[in-house]
Amino acid sequence: MSPFLAEWWDLRDLGNLVGAILEWISERGAPDWVTYVLSGIVGIVAVLLWAILSQLAFIWIERRVLGRMQVRLGPNRVGPWGILQPLADALKVLAKEMVTPRNADRVLYWLAPILVVVPAILVLAVFPFSPGMVVADLNVGVLYIVAVTSTATIAVFMAGWSSSNKYSLLGAMRSVAMLISYEVVQVLALLAVPVFTGSMRLGDVVAWQDNYNAWLVFLQPLGLLAFIIASAVEVNRSPSDIAEAESEIVAGYHTEYGGIRWGMFQLAEYVAGFAVAATIVTLWLGGWTLWGLEEWVPGWLIFLAKLYGTFFLFIWMRGTLPRIRIDQLMGFAWKFLLPLMLLNVLLAGLEKVVWTETGASAGLVLPAFAVLNFALTAALIVGWGAIAGGLSPRMRAKRPLLVREVGGIYYQPLP
Amino acid sequence: MEDVGSVVAFWALAVVTLGAALVTALVRDLVRAVVALVVSFLGVAGLFVLLSADFLGVAQALIYAGAIPVLIVFAIVLTPRAARDNAETGMRWPALVLAGALAGLVIAVAVATDWGDGAREGFRETASAIGEALLNRYVLPFEVASVLLLAAMLGAIVLVRED
Repeated sequence: MSPFLAEWWDLRDLGNLVGAILEWISERGAPDWVTYVLSGIVGIVAVLLWAILSQLAFIWIERRVLGRMQVRLGPNRVGPWGILQPLADALKVLAKEMVTPRNADRVLYWLAPILVVVPAILVLAVFPFSPGMVVADLNVGVLYIVAVTSTATIAVFMAGWSSSNKYSLLGAMRSVAMLISYEVVQVLALLAVPVFTGSMRLGDVVAWQDNYNAWLVFLQPLGLLAFIIASAVEVNRSPSDIAEAESEIVAGYHTEYGGIRWGMFQLAEYVAGFAVAATIVTLWLGGWTLWGLEEWVPGWLIFLAKLYGTFFLFIWMRGTLPRIRIDQLMGFAWKFLLPLMLLNVLLAGLEKVVWTETGASAGLVLPAFAVLNFALTAALIVGWGAIAGGLSPRMRAKRPLLVREVGGIYYQPLP
Repeated sequence: MEDVGSVVAFWALAVVTLGAALVTALVRDLVRAVVALVVSFLGVAGLFVLLSADFLGVAQALIYAGAIPVLIVFAIVLTPRAARDNAETGMRWPALVLAGALAGLVIAVAVATDWGDGAREGFRETASAIGEALLNRYVLPFEVASVLLLAAMLGAIVLVRED
C-alpha cells in the first residue's frame, strides 16, 4: 500500500533515516529505553529547529509582504533585500534588559512567558509531516490539538494580570473572552472531520483523504472557513488582534514585557500560527499527499509547501482586513459561526449515515456531497447573514437584571 | 505497573497533583491558587494517560485545564470583593467537612473495589468505547446532564438580561 521503501536512503520520508540509525544503535547492544528516549529527542529537536528556522524566515517574509501589500518598502537595510533583518532582531531581543514592574506579581510574571510557549510547541508533536515523520501519532490527535492549545489561555491571563498594568489586564481579558468564544467554534468545526474519517488519529485522517482522493475541504468547506476565522482569532492575528491592538491598548497582555520574555510571546504566537496552518493542512487539505505526486516528491516537502501557503493566507488577511471591534468579534462567534457550525455537524452526521446506510460507492456519493455542501455553504452564509443582520443589538446598554438585584459597580451610559 | 517508567511516572504525577492541590488551598493570592489548581488538574490528566485512558486524559486537559480556569478567572475578576484574596471565611468548616466526606467516600470506594481487574490489558481505543457507552447504556444520565447544562445556560442569560 505505502509507496515508501523502508530503506535509510529513501529521503522521501526522513523517518526511515532516523529508524535506520536507531536500529544500528540497538544492534550494538543498547537497551530498549535508550532507543526510545533517543527517538523522542531526535523528533523534538527536529520539530523545534524547524519551528524556529521557519519563524526566522517568516519574520522577514511577513514584513516584506506586508510592506508590498501596503505600498511601502519594508525592512531592506540589513543584508541583501533585508534578509538578515530577523537575525538582527533576534540579537536585539536577546541583548535587551528585561524590566520587571515594581508592583508585578513576580512569580506569575516570570512564569507566564515560559508557560505560553509550552502548548504552542507541544501541539506540533502530533502532525504527520510524512508517514513516518511524526513525534507521537496519538489516537485522539484531533482532540489533543484543541486540548493543548486551550491551556495557553491561562498563561495569557497570567501575563496580563501579573503585570499590574491596566492595558495588560484589558488585553488579557479581551484575549480570554475571545479564546473561549472561538474555541467552541473551533471544536465544532473540527468535530465534523472525525465524523467522516471515523478516526481522530491524524495519520488516519490523511490516509482517509488519500484513499478516497477527496480532501476534506471539498466535503467540509463551511467547517474549513469557520476554522480559518476562529484560528485567526486564536493566534491573535489581524483582523482579530484586539488583544494586542497597539492603537488602543499599547500591546495588550505583553505591554510590560521586554527582551527575551517579549520574544517568547512572539515565538509562541508564530509557532501557534504554524500549528493552526498544520492543522488545516492535515485535516482539510490532505496532509502530505498530493494525488500521487508524493511518490516522486518527498511528502514532507508537499506538507511544508501547503503549510507555508496556508500561513501566507493569514499574512494576507492581516495585510488586507481592518481590525474588528470586540463586540462585533464576540457577536460574530456566538450569533453567526456557532449556529452554522452546529448545523454543519448535523449535516456531516446525516451524510455519513446516508453513506453507510445506502451502501453507495464512494465515487458516487462523495462528489454528490461535495456539490451539495458547497451549495449549502453559500446558501447558509448568505441566508443566515441576512437573518442575523436584521437582529443587530441596540447600541445603548441598559442596566442588567443581575446588577440591579445584587448591586455592584455600574456606570451610566453616556447620553 | 511493573516496569520502572510507570512507577516513577505515577509517583511523580501523584506528588505534582497533591502538591499543587495543597498550594491551591494554602496560597493567599487567588490567581496563584487558580494556576496551582490548573497544575493539579494536569497531574490528574497525566494519571489518566498512565492508566491508558487517553480520551479521558485529553478531555481532562481540555475541560479542566483549558475551560474551568477561565471560568474561575472571570469569577475572580467580576467579583467586587475579590481583593480580600484567599482569606478565612465562615465557609471554612463546612468546606472542610465536605472535603473530608468526599475523601472518605473515594477511599471507601477504592478499598471496596476488586483491583484484580486492574491487571487486564488496557483499552486500545477508549474514545469509541466511551462514545458507545454514552449513547447506548448511559444515554439517560447523558441527556439529564445535557438538560442540566442547558438550564444553567438559560439561567445565565436570564440573570444578565436587560430590563
